[in-house]
Amino acid sequence: MRGMDLDFSDAELHRYSRHILLQDVGAVGQARLRAARVLVVGAGGLGAPLALYLAAAGVGTIGILDHDALELSNLQRQVIHSTARIGRNKAESAAETLAGLNPEVRVEVHPRRMDAATARDQIPRYDLVCDGTDNFPTRFLLGDACHLLGRPLVSAAVLRFEGQLSTFKSHLGAPHPCHRCLHPEPPPPGLVPSCSEAGVLGAVTGVMGTLQAAEVLKEILGIGEGMSGRLLLWDALDARFRTIRLRRDPACALCGEAATIHDLSAHAA
Amino acid sequence: MEATIPISVNGEARQVPAAATLADLLAQIGLDIRKVAVERNLEIVPRSRYAETPLAAGDRLEIVHFIGGG
Repeated sequence: MRGMDLDFSDAELHRYSRHILLQDVGAVGQARLRAARVLVVGAGGLGAPLALYLAAAGVGTIGILDHDALELSNLQRQVIHSTARIGRNKAESAAETLAGLNPEVRVEVHPRRMDAATARDQIPRYDLVCDGTDNFPTRFLLGDACHLLGRPLVSAAVLRFEGQLSTFKSHLGAPHPCHRCLHPEPPPPGLVPSCSEAGVLGAVTGVMGTLQAAEVLKEILGIGEGMSGRLLLWDALDARFRTIRLRRDPACALCGEAATIHDLSAHAA
Repeated sequence: MEATIPISVNGEARQVPAAATLADLLAQIGLDIRKVAVERNLEIVPRSRYAETPLAAGDRLEIVHFIGGG
């Protein structure tokens, strides 16, 4: 706690009073949230609730990265945006909403595509990264980059009525698995549909993005049982959550004993 | 007659040869392993271990879809 700024304004104390009341958060926890820097990659279905809850919680610096322009078909689930903003960059639109929700937090807008160069530049500037992207190449880039650059990755994914979530901290060594311990490689193009091809229930993205926010806050606060080494599965149709074990794979190409991936050169620059 | 053992796959009972591995089962089902992960008794089996994972009577297997939407 050395150097932790515990000085809060009256407005901050009032705004965060329900957090500060929690024994596991308190003023010290709230100060940790304020000092934290979190990068949200993708201001879409997952990123929308995720960024809203991080900002409302008082995470001091939130980076939002998205290169896409807002489309009408996004608004069925991407609740951080609004109809009047169709055509605008989604990172900028998200930042505008966050500023209105909580002007105490600093939002860093990255209206650009996540590629290898951006990963190398931006990931080290944050304490923790969240994957809310909508495609496998970017998911694998983020997973590899967070392992190699030493940042935890809180990752969620959705499709149709299903959601999955895990946290990857393989840079800390065993027993923490990485994303490639679950799926060694991205599926070949066309084998697994995207949400734009197969659809997604809007509320599923809301649940999973909100769960992601809760896991990010737990990681920053250092409370509870983290999701590293576990995979949460949710099926909205069954209304059933399951949490299963994910171990580090000794044969993994990224974090295994004879790893073959040592840089981001396999990813688009 | 080859001896078989009872397992369950996605909650459905199934008989497999007593010597079957997870790789054998996936081949029998005809699953493209590039788009799934496999959970055995509440634990993900690394893809690198399918061929060396023998099935045991009572194993509960679930196919976990590989999804990447956001």
